[in-house]
Amino acid sequence: MTTGLTGTDLLALSPFITLTGVILVLMMAIAFARHLGLTCLIAALGLLVTLANILWVAIFVDPQLVTPLIIVDPYALLFSGLIVIASFFICLLAYNYHQQRGGHQEEFTLLLLLATLGGVTLAHSAHFGSFILGLELLGISLYAMISYPTQGLLSLEAALKYLILSGVSSAFILFGIAFLFATTGTLSFAEMADANINPTAVQGGVQGGVQGSVQGSESLRLYMLIGGSMILAGVGFKLSLVPFHMWTPDVYEGAPAPTTAFLATVSKGGIFAVLLRFFVSVDGYQYQTILDGLFWVALLSIFLGNLLAVMQSNIKRLLAYSSIAHLGYLMVAFLAAAEIGGRQLAIEASLVFLIAYFTTTVGAFGVVCIMSRKLAARDTDQLPDYEGLFWNRPLLAAFFAAMLLSLAGIPLTLGFIGKFYIFAVAVDSELWALLVAVIIGSAIGLFYYLRVIFTMTKRSSVTEGIAIPKAGGWSLVAVTLILIGLGVYPAPVIEWVSAIARTIS
Amino acid sequence: MTMITIMAILFLGGIAAWLSDRWHQDLPRWVSLLSCLLAGVVLTPMLFVQPEQMLLLDGVSSTWLEYVNYQWIPRFGIAFIFAMDGLGLLMVALTIFLGFVAVISSWDEITFRTGFFQFNLMWTLAGVVGVFISLDLFLFFFFWEIMLIPMYLLIAIWGHENKSYASMKFFLFTQASGMLLLVAILALVLANAEETGIYTFNYFMLLGHALDSDLAYLLMWGFFLAFVVKLPGFPFHPWLPDAHTQAPTAASVLLAGILLKTGAYGLIRFTVPLFPEAAVRIADFAMLLGVLGILYGALLAFAQADFKRLVAYSSVSHMGFVLLGIYAWTELSIQGAVMQMVAHGLSTAALFMIAGALQHRLHTRDMTAMGGLWQAMPRMGAITMFFIIASLGMPGLGNFVGEFLVLLGAFQVNKLMTIAATLGLVAGAVYALIAMQRVFQGEPGDLLNAKRQDLPDFGMKELLAMIPLMLGLLWLGVYPQPVFDLVDPVLASLYELTTNQTNWVGSDP
Repeated sequence: MTTGLTGTDLLALSPFITLTGVILVLMMAIAFARHLGLTCLIAALGLLVTLANILWVAIFVDPQLVTPLIIVDPYALLFSGLIVIASFFICLLAYNYHQQRGGHQEEFTLLLLLATLGGVTLAHSAHFGSFILGLELLGISLYAMISYPTQGLLSLEAALKYLILSGVSSAFILFGIAFLFATTGTLSFAEMADANINPTAVQGGVQGGVQGSVQGSESLRLYMLIGGSMILAGVGFKLSLVPFHMWTPDVYEGAPAPTTAFLATVSKGGIFAVLLRFFVSVDGYQYQTILDGLFWVALLSIFLGNLLAVMQSNIKRLLAYSSIAHLGYLMVAFLAAAEIGGRQLAIEASLVFLIAYFTTTVGAFGVVCIMSRKLAARDTDQLPDYEGLFWNRPLLAAFFAAMLLSLAGIPLTLGFIGKFYIFAVAVDSELWALLVAVIIGSAIGLFYYLRVIFTMTKRSSVTEGIAIPKAGGWSLVAVTLILIGLGVYPAPVIEWVSAIARTIS
Repeated sequence: MTMITIMAILFLGGIAAWLSDRWHQDLPRWVSLLSCLLAGVVLTPMLFVQPEQMLLLDGVSSTWLEYVNYQWIPRFGIAFIFAMDGLGLLMVALTIFLGFVAVISSWDEITFRTGFFQFNLMWTLAGVVGVFISLDLFLFFFFWEIMLIPMYLLIAIWGHENKSYASMKFFLFTQASGMLLLVAILALVLANAEETGIYTFNYFMLLGHALDSDLAYLLMWGFFLAFVVKLPGFPFHPWLPDAHTQAPTAASVLLAGILLKTGAYGLIRFTVPLFPEAAVRIADFAMLLGVLGILYGALLAFAQADFKRLVAYSSVSHMGFVLLGIYAWTELSIQGAVMQMVAHGLSTAALFMIAGALQHRLHTRDMTAMGGLWQAMPRMGAITMFFIIASLGMPGLGNFVGEFLVLLGAFQVNKLMTIAATLGLVAGAVYALIAMQRVFQGEPGDLLNAKRQDLPDFGMKELLAMIPLMLGLLWLGVYPQPVFDLVDPVLASLYELTTNQTNWVGSDP
């Protein structure tokens, strides 16, 4: 690798450059004229341009490693595209959410774009350096987004909780990386993979005092195992997997609805992208201990997430627990990749499932955003607040119902395709125990999703007078069309994603 | 094209009905009534297709009347396959006919959001028609799930006092068992792919593949449970009495009339033909479930004071005959099971309409408060008498033909169980006649005395629904041959397919 950047490198990096440019323009715009509409317009247009740029790179630029840090390949571009699309819709929803609140709301959009940049960096990282860079960019923007002064103490509490726990999890990740570095002498995923496969080849690269203690491949594996487990624990926090899930409901509840949407999608999606890439490239699946641990993590996430969701009467908390369960389903696909034979299908399944999860989650929180436009101490997130929505605002209720049915995995929605994939990989890789958990979890899930739908069909006047704003309304229309369109005819996405899965498996 | 046209009419008719709500409250009913009529008109020519006009598949003459196949998700070999044979045709005809009846039964009862109600009604019908004509297992599952949502909404929104509980129970039972079906389908497809190297959900390609017999046995359970829950077979029936009782009349008509039949249809079309050997292994057990259902349903029907619950439990009893007939798997008993499906659809739909009419007039379903209603509503009384008699299996009406054939066929297979099942006929007479007596005969109850003035008898609209149902049952009872002509080639081919692979007990003459 030469030290300088070549022209093609710059082309490959162009989405980063575009997005950074948009951020700079936005910063200047806010400095000159505080105007919420203008800010959001610039951000939304900027995100669209970035998306076009990503598509352009995907079509015209060959996959390549740009510096040891950033990899530009279809897998990374898929995630970047997803993240940017999600941010685009969240940006529009956030505009409506902030419209009636007054105060200085423009910087929220700026933070949103910064966090998006962090997410895109994560999707492209092929090195622990860029991983940490993306993680912190994302995390630090999120602290501010969670505590953004739109409402009362609830969001401050949430931000503090997220700050501390996220800090601890970052510490775990860093410590884990240190172990891996000490063992292999590199931070790059690809070089680490070489070291992992052929432990003797790196003896020269191992640093200082550690070198003495490394005796043969057995102890090398032990270091790798400890390091890997610590990274997994840290990532588990960010993905809100049981037993690292404690923060999720409180933060989801306390954060402003657009932030929650962002946290649930971009943050988790970006981190999962790195996790999967890292695991596949260093073949973390060879460590049975880690697989056993992940098995329990997945199982418990599915059960606890679904069981606790049943007891919630707050929509945001309910969606928080349901997202814990959904990440549990995702881990089933992740585990199914353990066997080489089923790996391609399993990766394909995780990608399809994530696309469905992104679409559904943005849509569901989008409805909460639109319901919560009034300045109040908390968002409109209590179950009784949604009574009669079906009759007073049929379209909004229909969108929400579509999202909930998608979460429940009912046909006609993208969620069904995702669930179908999870079932397929679980059967294919013979993960029977997890399959049973998915079945039971889905049955429990139906119960609480249907309860929300049932609440919306009650004959009540609570929801009268809710207005559907233009930007958010059309975003929801678009998300719902994607949800149902791809749910009925998923072939294009499946073909595309399976081609991508083939490239990295 | 007929099949696609019908699906389009029902799906679009539902949307049109919903939208027409904006202009006038009454419009949605007309829209869905017309959609049902139109679908019926489109279907009619199919009924007159002669055997020699049937399709050739792979150059071999088949029992299929129509067949379309489009690619859908090529990655997994999932295709959009609609196919219709005599059995499917009969079921679709029943669906559309009962859809028509259901629309009429909702005419005066539903006043809240008529547009959305009719939308759900139409989409339930569309989902059920989809189930009856989908021959790709993925597509089949797709419709299998889709039909549940509008039905759930029908019960949850327009149901009676305990609608939340009943609709949730209905959905959870059927959905949870549906997931077993999905797992079984996937495992079947993957096992097939391992052997042949291609993913396919195509029914025709999966049929007749010899699987490892233990695997087949396991997969068979997935299919069996999903269908038996829907049927519902004992002991998977607890969702049914609640759902039927709480549902609005039109939804009860659809539930009893056609949704239950999708379970029986699935057993005949998928479970037994796909896993013939495994089906033999559980045949005795399944027949036992059938017999237990017959007796248990009858017993509980006898103990009910709620008219709708009584009819609901009688359904459990009658569907027990279907299960018995299918798993006896003799030509006679399958014919009987199919006949019973149609006859039960007609008679139970009518009984639920009567129950709905009673509730509409009296605001109660409690039979102990009724009595002597014949005096006030003679037409309704006479019609009820007709359907009660049909339901208890009087010769000359459809139900008798069905039950008799099932018993005749099953007798060759297992005498003891058949004798036990016959007791169900006796018990049926007891609960049916007692219901008749409590409601329409005897001393006038307080309710009648209080309301005598405003108890309208059946009017034109109700008669419009009731008379075709009565004629249908009479026709099935006196001259059932056309129905047998329609389904016999299908059943014979299924029978041949399965008995070639196994030694069914029933294949002995």
